Amino acid sequence: MIIETIVFYVLAVVTVASGVMVIASRNPVQSVLFLILAFFNSAGLFVLMGAEFLAMILVIVYVGAVAVLFLFVVMMLDINFSELRAGFLQYLPLGAIVGVILLAELILVFATGSIDIHVPEVVTVAMPPAAEVSNTKALGNILYTRYAYLFQGAGFILLVAMVGAIVLTHRRRVEVRRQKIAEQVARDPKAAVVLKDIKSGEEGTWKSD
Amino acid sequence: MAEPSVWSDYILPLLLIIGYIAAIVVPILLVVAVVVYGERKIWAAMQFRKGPNVVGPFGLFQVVADGLKLLMKETIIPTGANRVLFIIAPMIMFTLGIVGWAVIPFDAHLVLADINVGILYLFAVSSLGVYGIIIAGWASNSKYGFLGALRSAAQMVSYEVSIGFVLVTVLLAAGSLNLREIVEAQKGLWFFIPLAPMFIIYFISALAETNRTPFDLPEAEGELVAGYQVEYSAMAWLLFMLGEYANIVLLSGLCVVLFLGGWLPPFHVEPFIWIPGVVWFIAKTAFIIFLFTWVRATLPRYRYDQLMRLGWKVFLPASLAWVVITAGAMHLFGWMP
Repeated sequence: MIIETIVFYVLAVVTVASGVMVIASRNPVQSVLFLILAFFNSAGLFVLMGAEFLAMILVIVYVGAVAVLFLFVVMMLDINFSELRAGFLQYLPLGAIVGVILLAELILVFATGSIDIHVPEVVTVAMPPAAEVSNTKALGNILYTRYAYLFQGAGFILLVAMVGAIVLTHRRRVEVRRQKIAEQVARDPKAAVVLKDIKSGEEGTWKSD
Repeated sequence: MAEPSVWSDYILPLLLIIGYIAAIVVPILLVVAVVVYGERKIWAAMQFRKGPNVVGPFGLFQVVADGLKLLMKETIIPTGANRVLFIIAPMIMFTLGIVGWAVIPFDAHLVLADINVGILYLFAVSSLGVYGIIIAGWASNSKYGFLGALRSAAQMVSYEVSIGFVLVTVLLAAGSLNLREIVEAQKGLWFFIPLAPMFIIYFISALAETNRTPFDLPEAEGELVAGYQVEYSAMAWLLFMLGEYANIVLLSGLCVVLFLGGWLPPFHVEPFIWIPGVVWFIAKTAFIIFLFTWVRATLPRYRYDQLMRLGWKVFLPASLAWVVITAGAMHLFGWMP
């Protein structure tokens, strides 16, 4: 238990510290890298809680995909650091208010015990020992039964967002020559290649006939 | 109930784990050296050359000589570079090539961490690989390095998607996320037969994921000099190379676990089951690595738009369709494990 406690405090401290560094570091690329560190340590915390599936998904989705795109964008942008920091104090009150509201909401939710995750009713049907049912299976059992429609709904919302982003940014440029592989493959060598027998010393005629 | 003691509760397990880790990492590094040597010999044979043949018998110590040379050289850090990130990048690359081995089962009971989400862990590790490259490219503060890093980021993220669907099909067929159970599910039939298209997609995506020819655009030497590696020298470059090869061996090992029955012999009859499972595992992995080498000796490099087309317009729909087909067939015929 001692080891787990030590690991918990190490992970928690690093998570919070890198969270602070995300907003405190001067260079936006370093901010994103600290954000990645924070994600990573949160994944460690999930593992400590026995939620290994969530931990892996956090690493795969947030660290492996979302943060890569963040990094991509931040590296490409030409950001004036001093300009960015000039507005810091101006936005501080607003940010603080948002933070306080979120904190108050979280406290309300947890204190009143209104989180109803329906785990008891689903699991008590045939309570398997915690060691036997992996939490991947447990999550699947809840997501695809009780929350099937909400889950599918969330999926559709993401799909619509993705299609929307593609529609907004995609434009077909006429001046670009595109490779049409089917056309290339369908070409007939007889129509495309002409064999000419050119005698040495004679001038060849390059007109295709 | 025995008295809890610091020695037997904490220190001994810790030392044991360190011992296990060393027992995996050291052979992996040796294997990487052998792979580098073997690769050069295979290319040489395919191109009618002799390959390394001067240092040691049959040039066997060429790798050692190269490694020593790189260790002795001076590590140069460019003036405009971000020093910390510049040093960290090759370390990330190397570490990620090694940590994946924690969950690979070499034999029925020969696995360091027999965790429930082994396949997700490997997917997570391989999805982190892009950071080594993108940080290296950005930190070296060079045009070529940065262009290489951008290409690589786009390429690895694209092919990760189809690898994800391949993994989904395999775990549908095996009914488990645990790599040992996935291998055991292949007792009757190795998955590369029923899931042949996914095997091919996995292999090609693995080529793209490890930045190997024909998808080695991040380091395309004709246009980008060496891409993200352009500013690296000596030890740091050596770490990049070791990481790259360790990653190739890792993805080959994963391929064996997912599709070629891991440590299982091809037939459960007499002469085959005498050979220990580790030998089968190594032999199959070596075969996949040979395929990697063969491809590199044979194929020219893809153009960037062709690479993206293949990833998004061919592999993604194909693997998605195969997930649906597999799931549908398993549901319809009651093959659910």
